[in-house]
Amino acid sequence: MITLRLKEEPSVPIEAEALSPDVVAALRRDEIRALPMFLGKRQVRVGDFFEVEGEASEELEIHGDAGRIKWLGRGMTRGRLRIAGNAGMHLGAYMKGGTIEVSGNASDWVGGEMSGGLIRIGGNAGGQVGAAYRGSRTGMTDGTILIEGSAGLEVGMRMKRGTIAVKGSVRDFAGLEMKGGTIIAGGAELRTGAWMMRGTIVSLTPIPLLPTFAYACSYNPTFLRLCTRELRTHGFSLPSEASEGSFRLYTGDAAVSDRGEILVWQPRVS
Amino acid sequence: MLRITGGKIYDPANGINGEVRDVCISGGRIVERVDGPEVRTIDASGMVVMPGGVDIHTHVAGAALNFARAMTPENHRVAAKFIHSPTLRAGTGGTTPTTFATGYLYSGMGYTTVNEAAVPILSARHTHEELRDTPIVDKSSCVLMANNEILLDLFEAGETERAKDVLAWLVWAAKGYGVKAVNPGGVAAWKWGKDAKVLSQPVHGYSKVTPSIIIAQMAAIVDRLKLPHPLHIHCNNLGMPGNVSTTLETMAVLEGKRAHMAHLQFHAYGGEDWHTIRSEAARVADFFNAHPNLTADAGAILFGDAVTITADAPWQHLLYQLTGRKWGNLDVENETGCGIVPYVYKGNNVVNAVQWAVGLELLLLIDDPWRIFLTTDHPNGACFWRYPEIIHLLMNADFRRESIRKLPSKALKRIVLNDLDREYTLSEIAIITSAGPARALGMPRKGHLGPGADADVRIYNENPNRELMFQHPRYVLKGGEVVVEEGDIRKVVDGREFVVRPSYDASVEEFLRPLFEQYYTIAFENYPVERERLEGADIRDLG
Repeated sequence: MITLRLKEEPSVPIEAEALSPDVVAALRRDEIRALPMFLGKRQVRVGDFFEVEGEASEELEIHGDAGRIKWLGRGMTRGRLRIAGNAGMHLGAYMKGGTIEVSGNASDWVGGEMSGGLIRIGGNAGGQVGAAYRGSRTGMTDGTILIEGSAGLEVGMRMKRGTIAVKGSVRDFAGLEMKGGTIIAGGAELRTGAWMMRGTIVSLTPIPLLPTFAYACSYNPTFLRLCTRELRTHGFSLPSEASEGSFRLYTGDAAVSDRGEILVWQPRVS
Repeated sequence: MLRITGGKIYDPANGINGEVRDVCISGGRIVERVDGPEVRTIDASGMVVMPGGVDIHTHVAGAALNFARAMTPENHRVAAKFIHSPTLRAGTGGTTPTTFATGYLYSGMGYTTVNEAAVPILSARHTHEELRDTPIVDKSSCVLMANNEILLDLFEAGETERAKDVLAWLVWAAKGYGVKAVNPGGVAAWKWGKDAKVLSQPVHGYSKVTPSIIIAQMAAIVDRLKLPHPLHIHCNNLGMPGNVSTTLETMAVLEGKRAHMAHLQFHAYGGEDWHTIRSEAARVADFFNAHPNLTADAGAILFGDAVTITADAPWQHLLYQLTGRKWGNLDVENETGCGIVPYVYKGNNVVNAVQWAVGLELLLLIDDPWRIFLTTDHPNGACFWRYPEIIHLLMNADFRRESIRKLPSKALKRIVLNDLDREYTLSEIAIITSAGPARALGMPRKGHLGPGADADVRIYNENPNRELMFQHPRYVLKGGEVVVEEGDIRKVVDGREFVVRPSYDASVEEFLRPLFEQYYTIAFENYPVERERLEGADIRDLG
């Protein structure tokens, strides 16, 4: 295992796409220290900001508040990246495989345009989780993002496949222009599913809905039971038994499609 | 002073076809001979030497292109990066390269002159600022006029003489080089939500003026003013299935007048709709071959990412409806419009496959290489930095057939490309990429290597893979300066702009001033681009 300890918090953000298991897997300690990062517009080396222990491993651990360190695990395809602390913007962007775990909070664009792998955030995440970068037509196309806390704006914007599960609440525009995949959230603020073409948004508490979503029925979808089983292995639990209640299904967004679905959990009143 | 020795020279304008000769350069020009110890020698033994490339139709600067740049951040993210260095400014390449990158990419490919083909007069000032920041290459620009309401009103009233003065004044006001007609009448009609699809029908909002009248009058005026470049025309019904009839009719209207038909590929389709679209390149080429008053550029497409940018706003609205992607629309007051739609040409799409074939068919079926030029209508059909791919397709019939085999079988019945055996020679490539467009633009110092010509030279290592060969010239000289050496940009020089000043009756300003006060958002005095704004412009007085 390779362990990096942050020596001092940078005064401006650092862009550190080199800090990914793919890059360090075959490197010696001095080579890891010499990897380039950008501190603002200036090029620095990993060794300038981190104490490096271990070498040649696909397991990378970062200790310290990395909330200003961007692009950690960018495009990674394998291995494990653990961050004991916070993570900066664009964590796991373009990720294809492997696992990222963050014990603290993560900033915006977690798993932006990712196509595989697993990201777990112990605290809260910022906006644009699994989203498409500006101008792109599709956001995440596969993989899983699990967030213990809450998340910000435009969660899963333009996502096409994959799963985003947020225990807490998400803010406005969750699933904006969504094309597929699943977003599960404890709750959501305004304009959830705006312009969604397809895909599923699940809320475990009542949410305000756009007028372009129409109530269809109340039921307990089979796929959610499978989804629940899968999420349970990651420590996420969802109510899905008919004995506990049912989901109200709304279809939309009628402004563009009627094939998207929003499922709102309604516990059985006993 | 500089001497290039031992290279095989392809200088078709001077009848030199692959002979081994020296090229001598002094004071930025080609000269008969240079002597003395201070002469630098470039040993080009075994290499191919051609005059620098000339692009007769491209979109590299101005408000529309900037709008396209802003609309497509996704393309910039994946584009080639130019990192700031002591030689180069930072920038990105891709579908809509930044200004400095545009100069680096063109010259890196051996091109030294480009013609920005669509400049609204209202944004001419901005366009010139951007062209100044486009280094190395020399530039000229065509001014959009076929939907200028002041001109159309004059045509409506039959005031041809005054129209001639207004047109001449507008060219000078924009500090332009040529005159462009885009979808004549159609963009003016677009302001009413309409288009101009039939050449003989009055334009919406007018009772007499038809697209035919606009085309004929403008071509005649451009000829009478003796502009070096003839009317540069983008026909009505661009991109529509069955538009071949419009194109042939346009060419017939131009009988007896000079004209340059822009991106002809987009105007040579048969069929009734998108399901039946087919190539009519052969019909267009037959008519074109028999009419030596015309030149054309291919406007070929290549599969992959593109951004369509055109003053043809009604067409762009239709394309937006077809793609369902993002769409930008600009209105340019009384002059023209503009639309932008990012587009991906797909090899498995029958319509795109037909378009791909039509571009190549026109290049192969038009007999005289002096009248058809290599373009992709950058960035509409493909990016200019992909020209070498087209050169390889033109020079190697076997490679072309291999590429045809990848097309959807439905498309094969709609094209004639498979029956064409012609292969371009290096000399013909020198014509369609340099000598021909230079002649059509009326630039006597471009496109050849005779004494007196600008010392714009490209030198290639011979390579049977013509794509690789033309992608990476070994040397490129611009005005006698070696800008590319061993395939890298070593020196960045400024390019200059070509501008013409046609003669007009000065009293035309008294006619225009009240119209400006009534109809324009800017003052008459602020409208023309000041001459001082163009640093080192090459101004040709036609008075």
